[in-house]
Order: sequence, then structure tokens, then C-alpha cells
Amino acid sequence: MPLLGNYARLDRIINAYARQPGQLIRILHQAQEIFGYLPPEVQAYLAAKLNIPLAEIAGVVSFYSLFDTEPKGQFTISVCLGTACYVKGGDEVFEAFKRELGLDDDDTTPDRTFTLRSTRCRGACGLAPVVAVNDDIFGQVEPDKVGAILSHYRKLITQTETETEPTHERESKRQDRQYQPPREYQEAPPSPH
Amino acid sequence: MSARANAKIASISHLENIKKRHLPLIEARLGRSQAPGEHQVLVCAGTGCSSSGSHGLREELKRQVEARNLKDRIKIIKTGCFGFCKLGPVAVVYPEGTFYCQVQRQDADDLIEGIVQGRPVARLLYQDPVTHSRPQRLEEIPFFGAQHRLVLRNCGHINPEDINEYIARDGYRALAEVLGCPAQEIISAIKASGLRGRGGAGFPTGRKWELTANASGRPKYVVCNADEGDPGAFMDRSILEGDPHSVLEGMAIAGYAIGAKQGFVYIRAEYPVAVDRLERAIRQARRAGLLGDNILGSDFSFDVEIRLGAGAFVCGEETALLRSIAGERGEPRPRPPYPAQAGLWGKPTLVNNVETLANVPAVITNGPQWYASLGTEGSKGTKVFSLAGSINNTGLIEVPMGTTLREIIFGIGGGIPGGKSFKAVQTGGPSGGCLPAEKLDTPVDYEALLEAGSIMGSGGLIVMDETSCMVDIARFYLEFAQDESCGRCTPCRVGTKRLLEILRRITAFEASLEDLKILEDLSHDIKESSLCGLGQTAPNPILSTLRYFRPEYEAHIRDKRCPAGVCPGEVRQGGARRNLVSGTAM
Repeated sequence: MPLLGNYARLDRIINAYARQPGQLIRILHQAQEIFGYLPPEVQAYLAAKLNIPLAEIAGVVSFYSLFDTEPKGQFTISVCLGTACYVKGGDEVFEAFKRELGLDDDDTTPDRTFTLRSTRCRGACGLAPVVAVNDDIFGQVEPDKVGAILSHYRKLITQTETETEPTHERESKRQDRQYQPPREYQEAPPSPH
Repeated sequence: MSARANAKIASISHLENIKKRHLPLIEARLGRSQAPGEHQVLVCAGTGCSSSGSHGLREELKRQVEARNLKDRIKIIKTGCFGFCKLGPVAVVYPEGTFYCQVQRQDADDLIEGIVQGRPVARLLYQDPVTHSRPQRLEEIPFFGAQHRLVLRNCGHINPEDINEYIARDGYRALAEVLGCPAQEIISAIKASGLRGRGGAGFPTGRKWELTANASGRPKYVVCNADEGDPGAFMDRSILEGDPHSVLEGMAIAGYAIGAKQGFVYIRAEYPVAVDRLERAIRQARRAGLLGDNILGSDFSFDVEIRLGAGAFVCGEETALLRSIAGERGEPRPRPPYPAQAGLWGKPTLVNNVETLANVPAVITNGPQWYASLGTEGSKGTKVFSLAGSINNTGLIEVPMGTTLREIIFGIGGGIPGGKSFKAVQTGGPSGGCLPAEKLDTPVDYEALLEAGSIMGSGGLIVMDETSCMVDIARFYLEFAQDESCGRCTPCRVGTKRLLEILRRITAFEASLEDLKILEDLSHDIKESSLCGLGQTAPNPILSTLRYFRPEYEAHIRDKRCPAGVCPGEVRQGGARRNLVSGTAM
């Protein structure tokens, strides 16, 4: 649980990187880690704090596929459709997720549990077809495994304290990150001055 | 497990001392000596094995060793990628060199018991799919036996998170050696070695270094391009995950040669494991005085910072990459001026790919003549490839230049699974092409591949069997190129869209032969008029499939059918086609 408010955490990031040239992308990346996405008010806050025109920040945000301006679900399911995964039927896996979740590409379930998207190659082609859920990677996924993956994560939501087996080297910090849907988004951005 | 280098290393003799301390363990791993009474279990911690559960396996092995009070006799070590990703999690037991694959957490008990008893666990050994034999040692497996590991010399042998292990393998020795030489001598050595850019285009590396060294601006920068965006390529990622210090050492040597004090690694944010290992490596190298001010007590200072890429394929193009490092939209600009004259913030900048830089220490340590003796007339050294698609042994391999595609696919790769027949191999990603069976004897060499109608590219090899439709594959690549086009120049922005529309009509059986002619003409126009490499090479998948698989196009147009049964109108499970919008995860 972060003890600091989101904007206080963002200020720390700004203080750490703002003086180095060319760190805008890193700051945006970290801001997205804090807020879950980059809503207009966060972009405006950064523009004022960093003394960069908002148009320039918005231009960078819209250029890179890493950045989202819409809130995401707690779990982002990324189905790789790189060449190796495509050749091995990754598109059928993607179709299966679409059917199971009733979502289209880049959509989020109404309860903000899952976001579904197709991605570029993740460089785990030896395991094609590959699916990533947040930072957990699943290899050699067949369409009939889709249900099992979804129920694994549905369980995670229902249990507050779960012992999950990390399938990823890095401890997934996403588990305890606070995704704040706008409706509960109470904190107004502080004045940047 | 992170090793702290306590003091700054100030001389070669200091490096030697560290090497002496840590080499015995590694020698034992390489089967060169017996570490008395001690076993090591190396568990792969690459992305592939991690996703199949190597982390849990490693923890369980540690637990078992603790429980049995064997901590002094059995060490569990985390390594980078062995290359045999499909068979993960992989574990190798030294000094015997026993190669275990698909080891699950519940197998840990048997594995440790096997070490104690001195008997390998037969059921965990690799089984040859053809002969059904179970070779025990890594070297006896054809997948490994046929390779020549130079860039991957340490991947799978050392713990990438321990700088001492890298030093024990003669790491940072090349850097120590160059610090006493004139910079021009280093550049001459790289030139004489014949090393060429491994990002794909094959520009002579020494020549690039010389141009940057001779440029007049100050300060100068070294940039490592780790934005591996080609779908189907994971060489750079594996090098960074398995041996990050070799890249840092290469950068420092380049910095010394061109007179730069600052380096940047531009790496995809989608590679969290690689970013994490690289950050660790930079911290350790700084603490050891191998990066930072006055390296090894000399008056040469060089530091490296990481800049994250944010998911744009075009950022692999050097001018776009430099814009992105500066925190802007990654749009390319016309060249000249080349980055060597005016790059990052308008200053002379050397941009080299990960694999190119990882070659540098080996060139310096073994000498340019030795390096030039490997490979072909025009392409020296080795090349790392990632094997994927319809092939038995998917994974990471390294072979001398000049090895034929047939040797790679049917020798090391073990051929096509499921009794299917080979149709094509795709090299060079979206900028490359598809080569048919009659081109299998093409050696991997920059010029030979170009002549055959593809490119070396960064090293992704994707094998396709009879169930792939080549028109559909061309459409797949054009979806990618059109989606990743940055929009700055019209030929690429609009042209790829038009190519894609025609390909969609062909795969929907609604195209005419006139369309085919337009497809071909437009492809040539886009190649000639686009601003950067993305647009200039985007039509390649179309041109190469037209060259070798024209009858497939004609069948779609004339007979309204797809010979492979992939395209709409033919029955294939889940064969519904849709627009592929690639986004990036995280």
C-alpha cells in the first residue's frame, strides 16, 4: 500500500528525472505505473511541472503504444500476434479470448477486471503462441487453455490475500498496485506551483 | 545472490585476482576441471524458462538442498538462456554436464537425489525425437553440438547478475587492454576483423567507428540499439538477459575508441527481465570502477544510462531512435547527416546493435585475424539466430557465417514437426523476405541472402510449413508495417495502406490480375521513395513471395481458392481474419 498520494509519488519521479535531458518517456512510463493510465489531467500536470507544452506531451503519449489514455482493467491480457505466434495459431487464441470475454481488441470489461489487446512480438517466440497477463507470461497457449487462464485470475480478484506462484523473475509489483477508476478518482490534481 | 564488488578495480592484476577466485567454479561448469566434491546446478532464468516455471524450480531446489544439509556440496545457480527454449525449464548439473529439460518443481527432489547417488535421472534427460536416444551431456545433443558460441559464450554458463563470474570468463579484460593503446589502433583492429552491423544492414562496424571518431562535434555519444522490434526475433533480449556485461564492455571500448564519455542503451520497456539485469550490471560495473570516472585507474571516464523504448517499431531506425532517446516522438529524419556526424542532440553519435557490441570484447581479446578467420569472404564471425515457427527445436542458436539455411533448419532445428513439409523460411522480419525450399542451400551471409531475395536482418528465422499461405503471410507483414508506419512520409503512410487493401482483396478472392500488377508496381515505388528503412523495406515480403510463390497469388485471383486453406472461404478452424492492431503490453 503506497503511503503517499499518487501526485506526491509523481512529484518524486519528476524530481528524480526532470533535470536530465530526454527523460520524458521514462517519467510518462512511471506516471502510468502510478495511475494505471495517463488521463488528460495527469498530462496537464506534467506539462506544467516540466515546463513542456501540453501539445508536446500529448504528441508523445499518442505516438507510443505503451501509453494508454483510457483506464485499463486490473489484468491486461496481451495476446502476442508476432510472426511466430501467428504461424502457430496465435490468432485463434486471440479469438478465443474475445469470445470468452465478449471484448474486442483494446477493450476493457465493464467491471474493469480484464483488458484485452493484441501485441507486437514479446520475444518469447520459442514458446509460441504466447499470452501475457500483466507481467506473467504463458507459453504454448492453445485456445482450449483460455478458460483456465481466465479463471486463475478471476480467483485472484476474489481472494484478497493470495499466494500466487510468480511465473516471472521479477516480483510482480502490479499485484498491489492501485488502479483507480475515475469514478472513485477523488484526488484532484494539486496546483503545480 | 547479487555479488557485491567491494572495491574499485584499479588494474589488470586486480582483475586477474578476481578471476583466480571465481574461475574454479566456472571451469568445473565447462568440464575443464573437477571442483572437489562440489556440484552446481545451473537453472535457466531466461524469459522462456521463467514463463514455464524455472523460478519455482530454483526455489524448490534451494529448499531441498537446505533440507538435506547439502549447502556446501550443491550450489544452485541462476543463468541466462541456454537457447533451448521449447524444452524449458532447463537445468544443467556440473561437473557431469548432465542436461535436464522440462524440469518441473516436483522433479527437484529426484534431481538432487540423482546428484547424491551419482546417477542421472533418466526421465528428465533430453530425448531425441528421431532416434529416441537419451544423450546425457549437453554437447551430445545435436542442437548444441553444431553451434559455434562466440557472442553467446557466457549465456547459460555464468550468472548474469554476478559481475565476478563475468570477470572470471576474462570479462573486462579487453577493456583493460585497450586503455593503454591509441584509439586509432582499436578502430583499425575492428576494421581488420571485418565485423559488420548485426542490426541487419551489415554496415562495416570499424568504418562507422572511424566516421564517428573523425567527426568534429563534442561531446560524442555511444548508443546501443536494443529496440529489437522485429516480430520473431529475440537474440538481443537473450544476450542482455544472459550476459549484460559483454554489451557494457563493448560500449566502453567503443566509447574509448571514438572519444565518448557517455553511452545510452535504448531498450524496449516490454523486456522487463532484460532491463532489470542491465540495470544491475550497470550498478555493479560502477561499483567496481569499470564504468564511471577514471576506469581501471586510467584517465578514461565512461558511463552508461538506460532509456526505455515505448513500443514503436520505427524506433529501431537510428534517426527515429535518437529522437526517442531525447524524449520526443520517434519519427525518422532524412540522412545525411548520419548520426556519426550529427546524432543525439546534434552531436556525433555511434549507434550499434546489441549483438554487434557483444562481439567487440571477443574481437579485442582474440585478435582481429582470429575473428576474420571465421565466416565467409564478405561476412565475418558468427551470427545469432532465433529459430521459431514450424520447427522442432525452437530457440536461440549461434553459427558461423556461411552455414546454410538447410543446416540450420534441418540440422540444428531438427526439421519440421508433425510430418509436415517445409514451405518457406522468413528471414529479416518485416523488412525481409520468404525463401522457398530451392533456396535452402543459401549460406547465411549478407550478400548471399540479399541475392536470394531476402536480407540477413537482425536474425529472426521463422519456418513455415504447408499449412501457411504465403499471400496471408505477406498480408500479415503489411498489416504490421502499415500499423507501425509513423506517418511522416506519404509513400509509406499511404502506400502501405494501399498495398494492404489489395492484399485483403486477394485473400478475400475479390481481386483481379490488374490488382496484382498494381501491387507489384506500387511496391517498387514505395521502396524507392520512402523516407526511412521501414518504408523502403516494407514491400519486401510482397516482392519475395511474388518471386517464389506467384502461383499462390494467381490461385487466389483466378480460381478463387487458397491452396493452403487459410484464407476466407476455405474451412479452417478459427480462420476468421481480422484487422490486426498491434499494441504493446504493460
